[in-house]
Amino acid sequence: MHLGLRNEAGAAGTGPGDTAGGPRRTGQVGDARYGGAGICRWPPCERFRSILVRHVRRFPRFGGGSLFTGVVWGGYQLEVAFKPAVLTTAPPAAHFAEHQEVLEAFREGAAKLAGLHDTVLFCSLQDPAAPCPAGYNTSKVGRGAPNPDPGSCRTCETRTCVFGAQSVSLWSAAGRIELTVPKYSLADGDAQPAGSSLKRVRRSVERTLTHLDECVLLHQKTAELVGAELFGVVEGADVREERVRSARETAKRPVGGFVLDGFQSGVMDQALRAQLIAAVTAELPRDKPRLVLGVGRPDQVLSCVEGGVDLFEGFFPFVATERGCALCFRFAMEPDPESAGTRLPTLGPSHLHSVSREGNIAAASVSLAVLPHRYRDDLRPLVVGCGCYCCRNHSRAYLHHLLVTKELLAGVLLMLHNVSHYSSFFSSVREALATDRLETLKSVVLG
Amino acid sequence: FSGRAIAGAPLVLRILAECPVSKARACDMTLPHCTVNTPVFMPVGTQGTMKGVTAEQLENLGCQICLGNTYHLGMRPGPELIEKAKGLHGFMNWRRSLLTDSGGFQMVSLVELSQVTEEGVKFRSPYDNKEILLSPEQSIAIQNSLGSDIMMQLDDVVSSTVTGPRVEEAMRRSIRWLDRCIAANRNPESQNLFAIIQGGLNSELRHICLEEMTKRDVPGFAIGGLSGGEEKDDFWKMVTLSTDHLPREKPRYLMGVGYAVDLVVCVALGCDMFDCVFPTRTARFGSALVPWGSLQLKHKQYAKDFQPIDPECTCPTCRRHSRAYLHALLKCDTAALHHITIHNISYQLSLMQSVRQSIIDGCFPQFVRAFMDRMFPSREQYPRWAVDALASVGITLN
Repeated sequence: MHLGLRNEAGAAGTGPGDTAGGPRRTGQVGDARYGGAGICRWPPCERFRSILVRHVRRFPRFGGGSLFTGVVWGGYQLEVAFKPAVLTTAPPAAHFAEHQEVLEAFREGAAKLAGLHDTVLFCSLQDPAAPCPAGYNTSKVGRGAPNPDPGSCRTCETRTCVFGAQSVSLWSAAGRIELTVPKYSLADGDAQPAGSSLKRVRRSVERTLTHLDECVLLHQKTAELVGAELFGVVEGADVREERVRSARETAKRPVGGFVLDGFQSGVMDQALRAQLIAAVTAELPRDKPRLVLGVGRPDQVLSCVEGGVDLFEGFFPFVATERGCALCFRFAMEPDPESAGTRLPTLGPSHLHSVSREGNIAAASVSLAVLPHRYRDDLRPLVVGCGCYCCRNHSRAYLHHLLVTKELLAGVLLMLHNVSHYSSFFSSVREALATDRLETLKSVVLG
Repeated sequence: FSGRAIAGAPLVLRILAECPVSKARACDMTLPHCTVNTPVFMPVGTQGTMKGVTAEQLENLGCQICLGNTYHLGMRPGPELIEKAKGLHGFMNWRRSLLTDSGGFQMVSLVELSQVTEEGVKFRSPYDNKEILLSPEQSIAIQNSLGSDIMMQLDDVVSSTVTGPRVEEAMRRSIRWLDRCIAANRNPESQNLFAIIQGGLNSELRHICLEEMTKRDVPGFAIGGLSGGEEKDDFWKMVTLSTDHLPREKPRYLMGVGYAVDLVVCVALGCDMFDCVFPTRTARFGSALVPWGSLQLKHKQYAKDFQPIDPECTCPTCRRHSRAYLHALLKCDTAALHHITIHNISYQLSLMQSVRQSIIDGCFPQFVRAFMDRMFPSREQYPRWAVDALASVGITLN
């Protein structure tokens, strides 16, 4: 994968300095039609979290954690390298060291080892499907460390959170990092929870920048990383001045893109997130992609897109699948650009949710659980009109049966649908941006 | 989706080639949903699904017929719903052929306190604790709703390790139940009912059963009551005895046989169809089947082994993934099981295709020798029973 994509990018003649012209493009990391990045997990250090690779891959998903950091391609290169892709989420990593050796022996990169050599690899640290509040640390390594405060993180009820004690030593083992290309970990972010003292936030921003500078140096020295991109992490918790400072300073470094950390769903509320993201992206160069970690719900995605975000982690379909749910939120806009902005699409009878004052989407309209008895003999597809494999070939009744009998195929089919649905949503987002109809899309999604 | 049955007889067997040495034959068996090439291994998709493998994946692997399980499906989701969904084909969206077993085996093996009477098998549903009777009529009714291309009669199943009068009782009852099943079949034009030869490990009883059941005009016969832990020496003798007395022009289905060696030997003994949960079940323990045995992918030795499971295998798993990757994946994700399941199904299907081709090409005995040579490190390790069984049909392993 590594070599192939490098050649492709080279052939396309784009480089970090090019400005992306035309309307803003968004690409979901993990867009099933447009390629994307992969995620492989790396156990977070006690204080620091690195950007890991996020795999976009064919279902069934790749798990197994500790595949290491791969290399990141700039946003425009992502578009060039787009291929039909795949989505995956890695569960918490526990076997970091073992896999590191394996990758070293393999010498051809994480993506190829995982059979994902035709996708782009983006490395981040945290598993967004098991997000935990920023700065939350335990000293346990590996799975089995339950989240002591499940209420703090909506998606954490059944998953264990992993915070490794593989801390700075990993980073300071510069020799190890240099050994193999796929083993390079990208920029670090030291996240502080909202509400932290100003002093702590300032220090975390500093630390993040210092670490980034180290990474930049290493990156420049390492031959195997030529053609790979480094993303810088913007921190700053909920302190506006620090956010702006972090953004400005990070933008001065030779990075290929930016990761906006500390904005995860459940960590920060929508209104504040929107404000801070706008403030951050105002400081960032137009021609470099911005990725936000841990945001997946469609209304929140739209809010981030409005704020200038390009890339999202694709964990949301996975989380739905794990709950036995099929994504069903609406995102279809009328295809005729002539009618853009002139009238709202009519809402069908299946549009049954309510919209709260902040414009949040009601949970019931985002996905439907297939286990309830009423679907037992419902021979319709999960979502009428959906073109995914599951909806073209199977009924709710069959899915229901698979869930009741706890068959493995349930997850396979649900994931196929959920990835497809989510990807199509992102296509809609891009279409809306290209035709200046984001408001229309918002009203369709929110209802 | 809606399937289309081929008009006319629901089963037509065309014998393409017969091995001049052994009793092996290669046939085309035309069923309502599609033609099946034999010898054939039928993967088991118990609850209307092949353990995580989609219908499309299964089709792409070249599977032409697979099994559904009447007991499980009869419990959940039940025959009415499946009938409403256009049969099991419609419910799981499988276009090709389906075989359903009668449910008898599951009941005696899975359900505690099941009680066999002349009426049928009485048991308690594990799901709602109600008492249920599975009679021949009831079994066929369910299978009629499932709409499978081949249905199995309800037989009185006894373990092959049982001896004494129970064996004869079961054999005779199975004959009577066969007649009741034939009478109960609502769809004789579109669904085939196979008889199941019983008689345990007793030649006399087997003879009687064969004689009686072959008097009935059923489109195919299964050899049952074997592959249940009996000595292999006894096993193969009952198989060959059965095929000696089954009509040439009807298919022979040996139930529950699935290890590679067993498949090859039993083809030599004259069997056409096989089923077994082994390949899919062993996949879920991380065991990958290969021509020289099996790889236990959980073992450390595969951690840095970057070859595919079988470098010569063309299945999707072997084309894209390595042993090292699967080894790592096995530790933490069910995805690994899917990959290995796909490989194992592919292995079994490819094996049978090779067997079939060698019969057609007239070199089946050579194929058997090469197969055994690959599978076992030395001649001394060839299983005695296999050597004897093959010798009995003229294939010597020198």
